[in-house]
Amino acid sequence: MLTAETITYQIGQRSLLKDISFSVRPGELLVILGANGAGKSTLLRNLSGELKPLKGTIQLKGKTISSYSTKELAMLRAVMNQQNIVSLPFSVAEIVMMGRYPHYKNHPAETDLQIVEEVTRLTGISDMTERSYPTLSGGEQQRVQLARVLAQVWNIPNALLLMDEPVASLDIQYQQQTLAIAKNLARRGFMVISVLHDINLAAQYADRILMLKNGRKWYDGSAAEVLTAKNIYEIFEIDSDVYTNPRTLKHFFIPKDVRINSIP
Amino acid sequence: MYIFLVAALFIAAAFSMSLGAVKIPVKEIFLILGKKAGLFTQYTVSERYEGVLHIVRIPRVLLGLLVGAALGISGTAIQGIFRNPLAEPSLIGISAGASLMAVIIIVMEISLFAGLSNLLGYYLLVFGAFAGAGLAALLVYQISRTEGKSNVATMLLAGIAINALAGALTGLITFAADDQQLRNITFWMLGSLAGATWETVLSILPFILVPLALLPRMGKALNTFALGEVQASQLGLKVNSVKRNIVILATMAVGASVAVSGIIGFVGLLVPHTIRLIIGVDHKHVLPASALLGALMLTLADLLCRTLIAPVELPIGVITALLGTPLFLYILIKDKKKFAL
Repeated sequence: MLTAETITYQIGQRSLLKDISFSVRPGELLVILGANGAGKSTLLRNLSGELKPLKGTIQLKGKTISSYSTKELAMLRAVMNQQNIVSLPFSVAEIVMMGRYPHYKNHPAETDLQIVEEVTRLTGISDMTERSYPTLSGGEQQRVQLARVLAQVWNIPNALLLMDEPVASLDIQYQQQTLAIAKNLARRGFMVISVLHDINLAAQYADRILMLKNGRKWYDGSAAEVLTAKNIYEIFEIDSDVYTNPRTLKHFFIPKDVRINSIP
Repeated sequence: MYIFLVAALFIAAAFSMSLGAVKIPVKEIFLILGKKAGLFTQYTVSERYEGVLHIVRIPRVLLGLLVGAALGISGTAIQGIFRNPLAEPSLIGISAGASLMAVIIIVMEISLFAGLSNLLGYYLLVFGAFAGAGLAALLVYQISRTEGKSNVATMLLAGIAINALAGALTGLITFAADDQQLRNITFWMLGSLAGATWETVLSILPFILVPLALLPRMGKALNTFALGEVQASQLGLKVNSVKRNIVILATMAVGASVAVSGIIGFVGLLVPHTIRLIIGVDHKHVLPASALLGALMLTLADLLCRTLIAPVELPIGVITALLGTPLFLYILIKDKKKFAL
């Protein structure tokens, strides 16, 4: 269980998060939605322990995040970051193996190798393990990072997985695949929290959606409850038509054209 | 790979002991060394050879090995910390910081600590150089960081500034120096192993053996640094303390090298780069391999500068710079876009 209580975070006088409370159970995939600058990444960085909230507490498995050591935290949660610049030309296999670093001292055990093999297959990068990371396309790099992050907590029950825009540069196949993996992990008991930009992807996969605006929690609920044309207008200031997928009964959105006053 | 490097190192060391103003046959060297270890007692060896070997060649080769290993491994470590393949101790001012402190101590030592015994004096010198290297590293690091990342352009510019500042201060100090000190100071600026004695070897031994023993254990840590500091911390690394330890170890090695051999540039650039081309970038292997290759490269470079235009000796810094600058330019041109200078 992850519980965030009245988190407030600010840089200087500018507050980025105000009084945010929510919780995530094992087995749940929570998607965070919000406009640019709403505080999604900041919230995620607070949850990961990278940033310390000014007020409020974040509890993971009954203990506050800050009371865990860096090492302990690495055994409980993994983070897929938005920006991943690798400074040396490591091979794909080497990068994925780094996900297992917290678990072994000098030489990877049989389990470590097995897990690396498994996540490599799952993320569809099996045929590029020997390639050098910098030569990969943005989307391929993102899948390698996903594999590394999955490897880190693969065999840890009820682990926390945080993802900051994990599908940003992926094609539609791997967008679906990544979210399917996330959902699947949640079914295995993980707590998965992902920041997304694509409302339809969120509607398709999220168990719950947290909507942020100006650093505050605006809505929190199931996709059906939260994703309405009215709410989307409130958050993104965009009109949209809502339809229902006749097969899955899930909503999907088509934005209406935005009129722009011609620039003088 | 390791076997090859170690073998090459032995051969180079043997050659380096053999060649010079007095040529000593390699067989003789083995006999003399063997005799010291209590073997081959039935053979007699030339006393002249033994003298040259003991007083001149062995300390010189040992010094080359130590300094080369130190520069090689610390180059790798510092590039890992800065997340940047151009972070070389002499380029970014770490060596200059060390040499500035060394020069200050040379000038002060005679006036203030005239009574210090020789080995103690050397220790003081090494400590001073270590402090100077550490300060310079800290300064460059702080200056070149923006939002948790080190910026290449700022790093190199900060290096230029520190090099210039240290150069200017050194120049200033030379006014207060007497002839003997002046000669010592000039020697710092060029870099040379000519000051090799058993005392210099012993004085830097601990300061180089400790980093050589500990840095290779930082392989996993430096690998995760390549992912980014945030990512490294998410993988359970105590980023700040690890970073501090690595910088202390690396600057200790650089400081000790500079204290006895002056600024020998570009070894910390050449060595890690060559190793990465051959065996890949995993620090678990790059760290120990760059210590070995550093030792090998400096032994060979020293051999060259002793024998190329004998009896005159070239400063070793000249050779390493001749090899290193083209590589530096090559990296710069190849990654021009990435560095966006």
